[in-house]
Amino acid sequence: MTAVENQGQPSSAAPAIELKGISKAFGPVQANKDISIRVMPGTVHGIIGENGAGKSTLMSILFGFYKADAGEIFINGNLTQIPDSQAAISAGIGMVFQHFKLVQNFTVLENVILGTEDGAMLRTSLSKARTELERLSEEYELHVDPDELIEELSVGHQQRVEILKALYRKAEILILDEPTGVLTPAEADHLFRILDNLRAEGKTIILITHKLREIMHITDTVSVMRRGEMTATVKTAETSPEELAELMVGRKVLLRVDKAPAKPGKPILEVSNLQVTDEDGVKRLKGIDLHVRAGEILGIAGVSGNGQSALLHVLGGVTQATGEVKINGTPLPLTGPKANGRTRREAGISHVPEDRHREGLILEFSAWENMAFGYHHDPAYQSGLLMNNKAIREDTVKKMELFDVRPPIPTISAKSFSGGNQQKLVLAREIERDPDLLLVGQPTRGVDIGAIEFIHQQLIELRDSGKAILLVSVELDEIMSLSDRIAVMFDGKIMGERLPSETNETELGLLMAGMSGEAA
Amino acid sequence: MDRLPQWADVFLIPLISVLIAFAISGLVIVGIGEDPVVAVQTMISGALGSTYGWGYTLYYATNFIFTGLAVSVAFHARLFNIGGEGQALLGGLGVALVCLAVDWPHWLVALPVAMIAGALFGAAWAAVPAYLQAKRGSHIVITTIMFNFIAAALLNYVLVNHLKPPRAQDPSSARFPSGTNLPTFQDMFSTAETTLFRGAPVNITFFIALIACLLVWLLIWRTKLGYQIRSYGQSEPAAIYAGISPVRITMIAMLISGGLAGMMAINNVMGEAEKLVLNAVEGAGFIGIAVALMGRNHPVGVILAGFLFGFLVQGGAELQFTTSIPRDLIVVIQALVILFTGALDNMVRIPLAKLFTRKGGA
Repeated sequence: MTAVENQGQPSSAAPAIELKGISKAFGPVQANKDISIRVMPGTVHGIIGENGAGKSTLMSILFGFYKADAGEIFINGNLTQIPDSQAAISAGIGMVFQHFKLVQNFTVLENVILGTEDGAMLRTSLSKARTELERLSEEYELHVDPDELIEELSVGHQQRVEILKALYRKAEILILDEPTGVLTPAEADHLFRILDNLRAEGKTIILITHKLREIMHITDTVSVMRRGEMTATVKTAETSPEELAELMVGRKVLLRVDKAPAKPGKPILEVSNLQVTDEDGVKRLKGIDLHVRAGEILGIAGVSGNGQSALLHVLGGVTQATGEVKINGTPLPLTGPKANGRTRREAGISHVPEDRHREGLILEFSAWENMAFGYHHDPAYQSGLLMNNKAIREDTVKKMELFDVRPPIPTISAKSFSGGNQQKLVLAREIERDPDLLLVGQPTRGVDIGAIEFIHQQLIELRDSGKAILLVSVELDEIMSLSDRIAVMFDGKIMGERLPSETNETELGLLMAGMSGEAA
Repeated sequence: MDRLPQWADVFLIPLISVLIAFAISGLVIVGIGEDPVVAVQTMISGALGSTYGWGYTLYYATNFIFTGLAVSVAFHARLFNIGGEGQALLGGLGVALVCLAVDWPHWLVALPVAMIAGALFGAAWAAVPAYLQAKRGSHIVITTIMFNFIAAALLNYVLVNHLKPPRAQDPSSARFPSGTNLPTFQDMFSTAETTLFRGAPVNITFFIALIACLLVWLLIWRTKLGYQIRSYGQSEPAAIYAGISPVRITMIAMLISGGLAGMMAINNVMGEAEKLVLNAVEGAGFIGIAVALMGRNHPVGVILAGFLFGFLVQGGAELQFTTSIPRDLIVVIQALVILFTGALDNMVRIPLAKLFTRKGGA
């Protein structure tokens, strides 16, 4: 397929960026195939595609990290060579990475001038930068305290520093790679306001994301990538999320979740006055009361960092707590050596952790070794003194097939799977244990659209088979569409509980911000 | 990008690294005005040219296999046990106490008890740093290094004040009773007509070391405990998520590690010296780190690397004996081998990986 050229742009001005026929291969893998795009100045251009579609490779070429095998780059109509990031910066390109490149124990100001200091003494550069920073902050609503240490800043503010760094280097073209992945909804909204301001000032922005909502919200034009190729470039105003999803995945995708009303049974999980204080003495949970019944999904909404992780960790036996937790009427140990993941699993709790790379999987282990993870005491996995690796492998093949994990090869390491398939591995391991209660954190974070649909279906099926599910997600859409009841957490407390049919995103957003509209 | 076939990863890279180290060593020898070809010939004939030479090479290799395994087991739990030296010293004390305690009727009776004692003493010496790491977060590298010094001082004290026979000049224990003398290769493989391994210290412990390799392999890759050790070593948060106790795994891995280091003593103390001497370990604990590093923490790799270092030590002794090349040069060669196999791994790996992908892509 060839790229569809951008049409209808004013032809008088040269495009801010034009890529012609960019190709790049890593060994046998063709990461980019004959990619051409044109981005006009003063516009926001979105690039969407599933994980591994080649978005990041393309941007790395533009920023001089990789050298393209073929193709040409034009900046403002001039053919430009970008052998390294220094060349990209002097061509006016700035990049905000998904994982920030900031020195944690430097101040904002020091980070901004890093690499652009002139003269032997820092003082002159610093005072010059301070004035410039103030001007930029004013102009684009990029408020940060220049003397604050990076490690003291929230993620959203750290991102602003990255943007300031690019602007300080006179960037006219700003590339943002998955900028909202780490942001709260409010921070994301603020980011979009900043991008609006930048666009109004004539800057050109390339936004890489896999979130359709953001594309629809902020971009002027959007390009879709699939398997290294640019499958379409369209005007945002003339497309729909459904069409974009179909272009990304290559088939029709169900964006809403299809489900029957819940038929809740007896309470499975009962939590009362749950309190957690972390190592630093910070109270993470300040007295949580909730229950989940058989056959229902309780969704926990909230801005990340308001105690949801602590809740999952306590219920999953990862951290200790005080209070009372009952499963099927039996109290669980919350302190002491018995409060661990093993006893939780024996009590019928399965746990899909929020961070599959940090907790859910051992990336260096093969898929089959990961399938035994947490369940390595299972008698079916033993033969005498040794582990029955053959039995584990056979079990893994079965579960991989059931959850459509691709490629269905149990011997390759977990890190070689895509995000969606890694998540399916974890879900297969936890759901197929037939738990009474499933704890799920961020089930679709960093997961392709096609896999999201599948994962949601699996959760609904588990619910319909009469199991209790506690769902934690920062994606409000996900909470709204999956949950049978929604509890909103703020600052270690539950602010209120709502039925999805009787609430809306505005009300939930207020609760998430700690404002309870009524005495709940 | 960095896909390499397993055989290349396991065999080719260490081989190339060793060859580079040898090439540079050759240049150093030229630099001090000697003939590198003669040096290599001397080393090979000295270490491998006779059953006597083999007898020493394998004796040293036995020590290094035990300490290499010790470092490997701990490393699978991502614990860097630098204390093999001290643990092996203490193992020697345990072995000596057992051997001197009773007039043993036969080595077959003495050996199992001595093995257990060596392992227990070594494990006990590892237990304190392990506990401090598990419960207090004291860094295991620091504590195990410090425990090497404490072990050396302790052994000094015990030998001089308690184990040394009265009026003896030499700070060593009394000779062990003959019922504890282990069969050497000379005893085992010589026939009436020919004497093999004459006077060489290699003994039955070599086979015990090989069995230990098999058991460690089973432990790490075939048992639940090994699975938990590897899981913890790969990711502590993941291990906690899975209900694996970091404290328990840290303790167990270090106890096994210390026990393996301690068991080395049946080779050098019981098998060779037949008494406890000062500094009986002679740096084998430290060479174990290099052996584990080069052997990729795999028992087969440990055997091969242990053999290489055994060859270097024996060949180096021969070099000093018959040429004017100083023995220190062997330390230089060892250092280069460690540098290239451990620290400069990527120097060989990256070009090699490129070579392989180019071949695969074309």
